[in-house]
Amino acid sequence: MNNSIISVKNLVKIYRMGDVEVHALRGVNLDIRPNDFVAIMGKSGSGKSTFMNILGCLDVPTRGNYFLDQVDVGSMSNDQLANLRNRKIGFVFQSFNLLSRTSALENVELPLMYNKKISSKEMRDRSLKALESVGLADRAHHFPNQLSGGEQQRVAIARSLVNDPVVILADEPTGNLDTRTSLEVMAIFQSLNNQGITIVIVTHEADIAAFTKRNITFRDGKIIREVEVNGQRNAREELALIPVMAEEDEL
Amino acid sequence: MKVRNLLKAALRSLAKNKMRTFLTMLGIIIGVGSVITMLAIGQGSRQSIQEQISSLGTNVLMIFPQASSTGGVRMEAGSSQRMTIEDLNAIRERCPSVAYITPQVRTSGQLVNGNSNWRTSVYGVYPDYFNIRDLKLTSGMVFTMNDDRSAAKVCIVGQTVVTNLFGEGADPIGSFIRINKIPFEIVGITEKKGQNAFGQDQDDIVVAPFSTVQKRMMAVTYIQSMLASAVSEPKIPTASQEITDVLKAKHNLGPSEDPDFTIRTQTDIANMATATSKILTILLATIASISLLVGGIGIMNIMLVSVTERTREIGIRMSVGARGRDVLLQFLIEALLISLIGGFIGISLGVIASQLIASILKWPVTISAESILMSFLFSSAIGIFFGWYPARKAARLNPIEALRYE
Repeated sequence: MNNSIISVKNLVKIYRMGDVEVHALRGVNLDIRPNDFVAIMGKSGSGKSTFMNILGCLDVPTRGNYFLDQVDVGSMSNDQLANLRNRKIGFVFQSFNLLSRTSALENVELPLMYNKKISSKEMRDRSLKALESVGLADRAHHFPNQLSGGEQQRVAIARSLVNDPVVILADEPTGNLDTRTSLEVMAIFQSLNNQGITIVIVTHEADIAAFTKRNITFRDGKIIREVEVNGQRNAREELALIPVMAEEDEL
Repeated sequence: MKVRNLLKAALRSLAKNKMRTFLTMLGIIIGVGSVITMLAIGQGSRQSIQEQISSLGTNVLMIFPQASSTGGVRMEAGSSQRMTIEDLNAIRERCPSVAYITPQVRTSGQLVNGNSNWRTSVYGVYPDYFNIRDLKLTSGMVFTMNDDRSAAKVCIVGQTVVTNLFGEGADPIGSFIRINKIPFEIVGITEKKGQNAFGQDQDDIVVAPFSTVQKRMMAVTYIQSMLASAVSEPKIPTASQEITDVLKAKHNLGPSEDPDFTIRTQTDIANMATATSKILTILLATIASISLLVGGIGIMNIMLVSVTERTREIGIRMSVGARGRDVLLQFLIEALLISLIGGFIGISLGVIASQLIASILKWPVTISAESILMSFLFSSAIGIFFGWYPARKAARLNPIEALRYE
């Protein structure tokens, strides 16, 4: 328990919409250990997005405790939360969220720009390395509109990696991608996980969840099921089985 | 974020919307440009008025008698006839701060030369008049005190008079003209001075010895006014006081009684004229500042649009660790860049416009370093002031809502 990267106790989140109180989370307990690969599942409205926002330090719980890397996040100011996001968390979004008219490399550099301790040279080196690890070193100077959806998501993954976070949080990372590129993205996540990085993804596709190590299902703001995945599927192997449809397909 | 990266990001986002950036900047360019031009015109006219006032002479004091009053009926200013040549001699003897003094009488005369004639003012003065007014002759010589004693029929004329009686560029030294039927020999011609600050033609004059005008033309015994000069500029108030004391004693007035004359010094006139042109400058600058203000509102408007448009970008930046102040600084720097670049272009255009006005309209313009510095500081202040609200709005966005923004 003590070495948990994420430790959540009795987490409650209540939104107030006019006179109506919306109970998005009704007491969630969860521990995520280093090198874990967790899929959070559930229907829309089950509270999984709220949970991810709190894990990502974008939102604070109404009640309960959240320890990120053994640090209590509950009492932090907005600036301290921003620093946590900058140093300890990597985000991957469903819609990629890259800055338009900004090169892939500069998109990856973005988190490091908000860290004054990092020199320009170090920033460039680390960003190129992150792009390399998602197989996009040759696309460093392309703009997002010159990249395919899968490539954009891989740039986003490189951006989430570059600050050397304790955990990568991915909200529906394959939601906007076709089967093949979804597999490519999952293959990258699996290889990162094999290198020791802790990953939490939100998905509603059971297929995608099968590539992780642990599945957690939310309903009505509570965890209703928590299972270890038996026989984790390997995305890279499955990718090799899919016939190459077109010649211009990369990989 | 480091300053260099902030500048880079700001420049990039300004370059993304070139047309919009340019139009926003235009407001500041026009504002700063007109402030610079208006100040240049205002200060230029002030300077030229000051120059013209110093052309009245050096350290000049004018002494006028008060309005006369007969049985309670008051006449116009200067109508009193109590000022005489004895007063003048007393001042000359007892006022050490007065360098030169001359009596002055003025009448109008019909000038005739052959078949040309012209009507103008004829001044009767001592030769010292030319020292006091700093008036120089292009040809001929000033008449002497001997001419005055003998009431000699000699005169000095201005360029306008020469042109009207003899034609352009003529040299009528030694010629005789008739002034109110009395023949006068022209002994000198004054240097061309042009119009004074009040629009009078300073070359349309005839100057003759005091006694000649007083006795032969006007047939009076009093003097209309006196013109004196102080030995130095700081001595003007002393000279004024000395003259007051002497004249009061001569006119049997006690120290507490009001004087029956008025003394106006060059400093008084200069102060009055500069005050007027100062008001003009302030007025022009105020109008120009309003356009600068409108330009500032334009910046605010565009920055607000920009913040709304880039809500998602702000969300992305916040999700990777940008703090509120990083976002605030980014937008503030964009606003500041617009106003500073606009201010710089505005200053250049303002300087060019002022030079054009000077060369085409022949208006006097003065561009001072202060007005440039002031416009520069003012435009950056406008950038910060009008950029602050939109930047703060951006900085206070909720990252989750910003990321969700379509």
